Amino acid sequence: MAEDEDLQLSLFLLYGLAYGSLPWLDAAWEWHPDLIATRALLERAFEAQMRSAVTVEDPPRAEREAVAAWLFAATAPGPGPDLARFVAKSASREQAREFLIQRSIYTLREADPYSWAIPRLTGRAKAALVEIQSDEYGGGDPTRVHATMYAQAMRGAELDDRYGAYLDDVPALTLASQNLASMFGLNRRMQGALAGHLAVTEMTSSIPNRRYGDGFRRLGFGAEVTAYFDEHVEADAVHEQIAGRDLAGALAEDEPALLEDVLFGALACLRMDGWVGDHLLSAWQDGRTSLRSAPQEAIRP
Amino acid sequence: MRGDDPVTLTACPDGPLIVRGPATFQGEDGEPVDQPRRTVALCRCGASAIKPWCDGTHKLTGFTTGHDDPR
Repeated sequence: MAEDEDLQLSLFLLYGLAYGSLPWLDAAWEWHPDLIATRALLERAFEAQMRSAVTVEDPPRAEREAVAAWLFAATAPGPGPDLARFVAKSASREQAREFLIQRSIYTLREADPYSWAIPRLTGRAKAALVEIQSDEYGGGDPTRVHATMYAQAMRGAELDDRYGAYLDDVPALTLASQNLASMFGLNRRMQGALAGHLAVTEMTSSIPNRRYGDGFRRLGFGAEVTAYFDEHVEADAVHEQIAGRDLAGALAEDEPALLEDVLFGALACLRMDGWVGDHLLSAWQDGRTSLRSAPQEAIRP
Repeated sequence: MRGDDPVTLTACPDGPLIVRGPATFQGEDGEPVDQPRRTVALCRCGASAIKPWCDGTHKLTGFTTGHDDPR
């Protein structure tokens, strides 16, 4: 499912109707009954694949600190080769630009999948999510909106910063990664999974982003490109504490029935990130493009 | 955020100190430290490359705060 081009592109477009991220999709289709029914059908298959792809071992008690500790243990950085180390030490300039293209499907709309949960949460979990999202959206400074900083990084690397400009170039897995967060965000029954997904996203960000920044500096990209990565080293060291304890941990403590889905969302995010990372790394180590088309065509603005 | 709101420090087990509220950060020389966000994490393990802020390095060094943290 995650590598099925038709399924993932279809889901991505159906979610695009809700986000309004693709201006060429008619807003009048957003609640079209046939499209909603189609979305539910595709989601069922995708959700079933993700649920069968992960196994929760030694679940914690539904207590704030125990859940946070479990999430930090599940995301503990390992010593092995990974995408961030490859970008830091070995990636070519073209691979670095390809990396920016791959990430743009999420990062030009950064944080948006998680905002769907705001009106559905209450109390301390809601306060925690809004505290994180406020920082993601610049804390009142439009130049510090993370998606805006990413657009600046793309322009700095002479790439097209319009949302979806590279939609035809990225593989199904890249869309699947975004679709997973959108599915958790747009389905209220999966809000526990969304909280777990956000916690893992934040917990696996600071250290890799330092390496991405180092890689882009090594390759001679300017501050307009590296500022995005540096911002995430600092911001996500704050966000991971809030997301682990005050969002995911507190949510599981306040609503113990959601614990199982918090853990599922966390592991599903880790598994998906693993698939995406393996895809990019294996393509580049074999000297292939990670995109669907040849890079010289794909990255021409 | 109002000036008379309290400043709170939260000690995260095995992690940084989270600071909320109208705190001002300054270096030894009295010069203000640029604080780009409302809620910040102060390094507690000593290994951060962006001190005074946390950069997550405590997760690589095995830093622990023991069991006496205020919870």
